[in-house]
Amino acid sequence: MTTTPQAAYWQGFRDGLPFLLVIMPFSVLFGVVATEAGLNVLEALTFSVVVIAGAAQFTALHLLQNDTPTLIVILSALAVNLRMAMYSASLTPHLGAAPIWQRALVAYFTVDQSYALSIVTFDKRKDWGVAQKVAYFFGTVTPICPMWYLMTIVGALIGSTIPPEFALDFALPITFIAMIAPMLRSVPHLIAAGASVTGSLLLAGLPLNMGLLLAAVIGMAAGAQAEVWMSRKTGETA
Amino acid sequence: MIDRVDLWLTIIALGLGSFGLRFVFLGIIGDRALPEWVLRHLRYTAVAVLPALVAPLVVWPQAAGGEPDPARMGAAIVALVVGLTTGRVIAAILAGFAALYGFLWLLG
Repeated sequence: MTTTPQAAYWQGFRDGLPFLLVIMPFSVLFGVVATEAGLNVLEALTFSVVVIAGAAQFTALHLLQNDTPTLIVILSALAVNLRMAMYSASLTPHLGAAPIWQRALVAYFTVDQSYALSIVTFDKRKDWGVAQKVAYFFGTVTPICPMWYLMTIVGALIGSTIPPEFALDFALPITFIAMIAPMLRSVPHLIAAGASVTGSLLLAGLPLNMGLLLAAVIGMAAGAQAEVWMSRKTGETA
Repeated sequence: MIDRVDLWLTIIALGLGSFGLRFVFLGIIGDRALPEWVLRHLRYTAVAVLPALVAPLVVWPQAAGGEPDPARMGAAIVALVVGLTTGRVIAAILAGFAALYGFLWLLG
């Protein structure tokens, strides 16, 4: 049975919808924090539209408020976003054959949620061609990204803090854990995640978020090495 | 008060830099074949980057003053266990939030 690109698009749309539960409060929170930092609605919105990466936006805003030199602000926030380069590399075998304008759009819309949903689905649907994969990717971002912009405006307009009892600070960790756990479907995946967690905790003191990047590289190397060992053991080729 | 020049410089540089990071492989490599060892590493990108991002937030949450917090830790464990056992993202999110509010209420 072949999937049309339209069907793939709507499947992506449906898969993306539940993430609104996470994106919306997170984005409202950015708008609120931006307003508290003295940004007006237009500035907060521009931040979300131009950068479109929550963790990096929060990092930059936090450092700007602490009178950090601008160059350090930019480098730190980009370091938080270096994982996007890894996502880009990881999507390349699937989407590299798409026209350049589509790849440019995919690049702009590469966020944690669209990447995580796409890579899981692409690995499952070996029968999909590049048209289905591109359509699925854009399906996932259709509900997520406009809401990211819109809710930043709402947060900036609300302007006052959401009661801390809602513990929205923990929306991001819960969501990411929920996204990762179902991906841990093989021993190498478990080893990669375990090595990355251990590395990130041991290296948390490093400046410029270098601990995150080093831990990610350690995790990827651990997973790849585990895969090699396991395929030798079973005599299969990876 | 944040200096307006600094703010706009940051927004523009961060926007361009983030796009560059997202485009670098997809745009430049395109459909040229990558060596097998690179692909093998790329298969573990998601499970290596996201846990590294999350682990310090779980162990030293800012909202709890950067100290380990039983409610948040418990919620993280519940989300992980439900995600592992059901394989469903949304079930894990809902269970994680239910656990978070439950633990905060019980322990608060």
